[in-house]
Order: sequence, then structure tokens, then C-alpha cells
Amino acid sequence: MSLVKLTASSLAIAAVSATAAAARDNVQIAGSSTVLPYATIVAEAFGENFDFPTPVVESGGSSAGLKRFCEGVGENTIDIANASRAIREGEVAACAEAGVTDIIEVRIGYDGIVFASDINGNSFEFTPEHWYKAMAAEHFVDGELVANTLSNWNEVDPALPDQAIQAFIPGTKHGTREVFEEKVVLAGCEEGGFFQAMLDSGVDEDTAEDKCMGIRTDGLAVDIDGDYTETLARIDSNKDGIGVFGLAFYENNTDKLQVATMAGIVPTTESISTGEYPVSRPLFFYIKKAHIGVIPGLKEFAEFFISDDIAGPAGPLAAYGLVSDPALGDTQSAVANEDVMGNAM
Amino acid sequence: MSDITATDAVPSAPRKGSLLEQDARTKRRNAAETRFKMYGIIAVTLGILALVMLVVSIVSNGASAFQQTYITLEVDLPEDRLDPEGNRNRDQMARVSTFGYGPLIGEAMEAQIAALGIEIEELGNPGDIVSKEAPAQLRNFVLANPDVVGSTVTFEFLANGRIDGYMKDRVTRATALLDKNVSPAQLDLTDALGEAGVLEKRFNWAFITAPDASGQRPEAAGLGVAIVGSFYMMLVVLILALPIGVAASIYLEEFAPKNRFTDLIEVNIANLAAVPSIVFGILGLAIFINFAGLPQSAPIVGGLVLTLMTLPTIIIATRASLKSVPPSIREAALGVGASKMQTVFHHVLPLAAPGILTGTIIGLAQALGETAPLLLIGMVAFVREFPAGPPEGFFDPASALPVQVYNWTQRSDPAFVERASGAIIVLLIFLVIMNAIAILLRRRFERRW
Repeated sequence: MSLVKLTASSLAIAAVSATAAAARDNVQIAGSSTVLPYATIVAEAFGENFDFPTPVVESGGSSAGLKRFCEGVGENTIDIANASRAIREGEVAACAEAGVTDIIEVRIGYDGIVFASDINGNSFEFTPEHWYKAMAAEHFVDGELVANTLSNWNEVDPALPDQAIQAFIPGTKHGTREVFEEKVVLAGCEEGGFFQAMLDSGVDEDTAEDKCMGIRTDGLAVDIDGDYTETLARIDSNKDGIGVFGLAFYENNTDKLQVATMAGIVPTTESISTGEYPVSRPLFFYIKKAHIGVIPGLKEFAEFFISDDIAGPAGPLAAYGLVSDPALGDTQSAVANEDVMGNAM
Repeated sequence: MSDITATDAVPSAPRKGSLLEQDARTKRRNAAETRFKMYGIIAVTLGILALVMLVVSIVSNGASAFQQTYITLEVDLPEDRLDPEGNRNRDQMARVSTFGYGPLIGEAMEAQIAALGIEIEELGNPGDIVSKEAPAQLRNFVLANPDVVGSTVTFEFLANGRIDGYMKDRVTRATALLDKNVSPAQLDLTDALGEAGVLEKRFNWAFITAPDASGQRPEAAGLGVAIVGSFYMMLVVLILALPIGVAASIYLEEFAPKNRFTDLIEVNIANLAAVPSIVFGILGLAIFINFAGLPQSAPIVGGLVLTLMTLPTIIIATRASLKSVPPSIREAALGVGASKMQTVFHHVLPLAAPGILTGTIIGLAQALGETAPLLLIGMVAFVREFPAGPPEGFFDPASALPVQVYNWTQRSDPAFVERASGAIIVLLIFLVIMNAIAILLRRRFERRW
């Protein structure tokens, strides 16, 4: 027994000392689950085409990824954070406090957010105003707020089909929720003149915005905290359901889902890249400049990610559903020059 | 009391009637027993039903993951495109990326179709029915054997996930019409190639041995890295948890004085066994990664975290089996002059060993299926590189079996549902084997006094 104990303790000591010697030779990435599939596609191709090992890609959400990114500089911290939104000022400050001062921001393209329902059900032609009316917790009617009682889409707009309102929207921990609230619900509130009406009746701007984006909690709008596969499963079991998906997810499941138009525009990579389809957002990743040259392959990976072969309109990312960035060339030169955030502004 | 018995005359009164006829009270008691048995049977039936449903749904979804569709193609490897310098220098040939190799597969497919005399309209690029993994497979082969450039080589490529789905009846012509990733013309081609024997479905060893693949290549995704990662973690757990756990329980059971302090330790060990596993993940992140500086996503950290989780299980099982060794054995050993240490190691421990091993194996099986603590130490990740052999491999990034299941259920391509269920089957097989060994050990070696 003492022999076993001795081996165990010496192994533990060897373990700790060995880490000090062995330098990390693979790129480590964490962050947004929306960017994850793209990052894994690139990581896979990178491992195949370069002599560097395949990067390790973790998911966990934009905020969690950026938090880990800002933990500090060193081999035990990640090199790249994926994000489905731009880094916030507070996060930049937190980074700087931990010594992560030089951050390179890379925009890889755009992600469309689509509304889809069961393939055999009714088809929908939405406007943001429909979603505001259907989703708001309270409506502003004749100078006061009244609870939303609409329960059928044709009550929202007679032009919409007779179908009970049942929406599966991303939970609050998702970056997608923010886009849904701002670009659909708030936009609908403003378009329909409800925002202005609230301002006119003396409500201050912040409160009016909050009221516009307050989502009803009576069960007709269901928060999905899991991923899109869960939303799809919900629609499978409830044929009246309408779910919020990423364009890439929808394009992989076109045999089960039909997509709704928004303001008359069908969401496709083309209509999103031209900006016609209104609900989209940029996707980013952030590189720790201090790690370039320390972690082998980091810069090569970043350059490979945004090369025309990968992120261009004919590349595998676009085939998977990423809307490629028309200004990709600028991003490429920014990465090549290692331009850090803040300097350009 | 006495007048109660007097008024309640039924029990004390002499029994009337036949023994074969039950009175009301006996009937009630018997009915209660029958009812209880019924509840028991219902509970067992529900349990079995749930198990059967679980197994049926997993097997029906996942069994097809062990089969995969392959396409045999003869690929021309033209020198002007693969080795522009013409000197067979690996480093210079490596400049041709997989994007340069991709078209070769489409051309090989076209040649094959022409050779078989298949004519299908609106086919598009026939190379699309081959997996996107194929160019990488081709490139690796060429770089490993530079001399094949300029010749024609026969390859077996994976078929695209949708084509594979068609072979497994997951994709039909009706869904193909709606699906932008596959067309009915491609399915016609699949049928024609299947008849010609170029395309076939067979057992998929790659599912066990290959590493994970990205969302665009469900057909190429395998469990290799996850199995190695899980194995490494179990090794770490075994090496650390068994000696520490056994030493701790022997000390507590045989040597430690019984006082408040040891009682406190005992209560805390029991509590530790009930702590949610994610808490150990938080601890692991704080201590092993942030403080000790161990690398992220590494099996060593996973193993250490799972060791913490398994220790209470092992200590409790070991103490129970030490306790079950009768004191007469100890007394006899001490009586003939053995020291306390000799008593424990020569007599008590060997008799308790089967129980200890059973507890350890059950603890390991528990650790094998654990995902939550790994989430925080970076093991829930996309890892394609196999870790090196032990002991360096303990520090390389790796995945784990339950993590792989979790990852695959999140992917958007429906083909990953099959993969995830297949991975569950593999995990269940491992768990069943481990539990069977535990039961066998107990049956074989356990002694009763």
C-alpha cells in the first residue's frame, strides 16, 4: 500500500512540475454558441491544411467567453473569444485591469435571425409591428398601459392566419435575445407609433423603451434557454409554435421548418448581406495580441479564418449559413497589421 | 384498559365458524397485503417500462451510427495541380490546400458516372455527394506518399451526411425536395451507384476511432478523442482515488480514536457524497487551473476533479466493507501476537478487498458519466487532436464521452441526433461492463459470516 501511495504522490508532483515545462502548442478558443459551428469548421480546416494542431473550441456563450478572455495573459487563459455581439466597454475595462490591453477585434460576418414554423402549418408574413403586438407584456392604449390579451395571430392582424400565438424565443442568457428585442420588438414598437405615443404622453425615453421591450410572461411567449435544437423539438410537439432560429440552423433543417418573411423580405444570405432583411447582427472574435508569437499558429489561424477561401461568399462558412461580410478585405488587412481596438478610433 | 377489552369482545370471544372462512379483519389485512403487492408490481413495471422506452429510443435512433455509407472512387492525381514544382518535396506540396484537392473528387466522380453510363439530369456537381472530409483524406494520403502524384489511386470516401441519411431512410425524396443540401437527382445518383456496387453501407469502425468533426461533416464525426479522454480521466481517478480513499478509510475505521473530531470528519464525508458535481467543477477551476496552473481542457484536471467526486463514494464503500469483517478475525490476529498494522494489512484488508473494489468500480462508473464538472474546466470542447500517450497525454486537450453526447445534441445538422444516440450506446456499454464486473467480483469473492 505504501508503494501505491508513494507512486500516487510522486505522480501528482510530477504532474504539477511537468506543466511548467510543457508549453501549450494549440490555440484555445471559447465563447458564443452561435459562432461555435463556424469556429469548428475553420478549426478543422486549419488543422488539415497547416502543420499546427487543430485549435480547441469551447462554447458557453459570448459573455462567459469574454469573461474568460479577460482573466489575464498567459498560457492558462484562452487566446480567442468568440462573440455574437461587440465587446462592451465594461468588458474592455475588466480586460485592461487583468492586463489584457491589446485586443484585436475581428468581424467574421453576419448572422441572420429568422422566424420559422412547422413545414406543414400556415405560412406567415410578419412585420416587426406584428411581433411587438403579439409579444409585448403591456400595450399602450389611450394614454395608459393595459395587459396584452391577444391570443391569436389574426387578432394581431386580420391578414395573418387563424393560429394561436405560441412563440419560442431565445432566453435572456442568449445574445440572440438582445437582437430579437431590439431589432424586432422595439423596432415594431417604434414603427407602429406606440413608442412616440408613449413619449408624447410624458413617459421618459428609457421607460418607454423598457415598456416596448417588455415580453409577456403569460405562457404565450416561451423562453428557450437551451439551443435551437430545443426550439425545434418544441415546434415538433406543438405545431402552432413559431420559433426564433439562426439562419444557419434553419438552412440545415429546411425539410422540417418553413421560414416567415419579415417586412416582405425572405431571409437569405443575399437579402441579409444587402441589409434588406432587417434582423441580423455581426459576429466577432477577439484575439489577445499578447499571445501572438507565443502560442504557435494563433495569427495564422486568425488570418485563415477571414481568408476569402473560408469566410468569402463561396467559402464553407457561407455554405453553412454565415452571411459573409462585404468589407472582409478591411478585416483581413487589420488582422495582418495586428490593429488593436481603440487605436483606430 | 380493562373495560375497553370487556366492551370490545370480538378478539377475546371464542372463534365461531370454520377456519376456512375468513373473518372481516383477516380479509382486510389480506386485502392490504394484496394492494401493497400490486403497488410494488406497478412500481416495478413503470421502472421497466421507462427503461425499455429509453433503450428502444436510443437504440432506434443510434444503432444506425454504427453503419456508414462509403463510395469507392479512382482519383487521378495530376502533377501540375498537386506538385507544381515537380520535385515531390513535401513542404512545397503542402502549399496546395484542401481547396486545391476538392475539384479532383468531383472530376473522379464524373469519370465514374461516365464509365458506368449513368445519365441523370440537373445533377449539379456530382462530387457533392462525397463527404467534405474527402479532400483532407486525399491530401493527407498524397503528402504521406508523395510518389503517388501523377498516378491514379483508388480511394474509399465517406458519403455526404444527407446521402448517408438516405441510405438509412432518414432522408426521403420528399424531404430532399425541401432540403437545399440535397436534391432528388443526387438520390437517383446514389441509387445508381448503389446498384453498380460503387456505393455501399457497412460497419463503421471510424465512429469508435475517429475524432470529432465540425457541423458540416456529421458523417466523419467519431468518438476516438472522447474515448481516450475518458480513459485517461478514469486512469487518473483510479491512481489517485483508490489509494487515498482506502488509506483514509483504514485510518478512520481501524486506527483513529472515536471522538468529536473524527465524528465531524465522518459526517462531512457523508455530506461530500451528496454535493452536486458542478461544485467540484468550480473547485477544480479555482484550485487546479487558476491556482496550480494546470492546463485547461486536460484529462489530468478532469481526473483530479472526478477524484474529488469519487473519493466519498470509495471511502463510504471501503468503510462499510471493513466494518463487515467480523471483530473475531481481528481479535484472533491480535491474540497470536500480530501488531495492529499486521492485523489490518494481513487479515482485514484482504477480506474487505472485494467490497472495496466493487465500491471503486461503481465510483468510477459514476465518474465516467459525469458532465457537469467538466463544463467548467474547459473539457466541453471541440477537440480533434488525439492526446499523446500517457503521461504527457494527461496534459493535452481531450474530450470525454458524456461531453461528446452533449456537444452533438447541440449541433444543427439532424445527422448528429443519430451520432449522439450512438455515443450514448457506447457509453452505456462501458457502464454496463463496469457494473457487471463489480457484480461479478462481489458474487465471486464476497464472504458472509
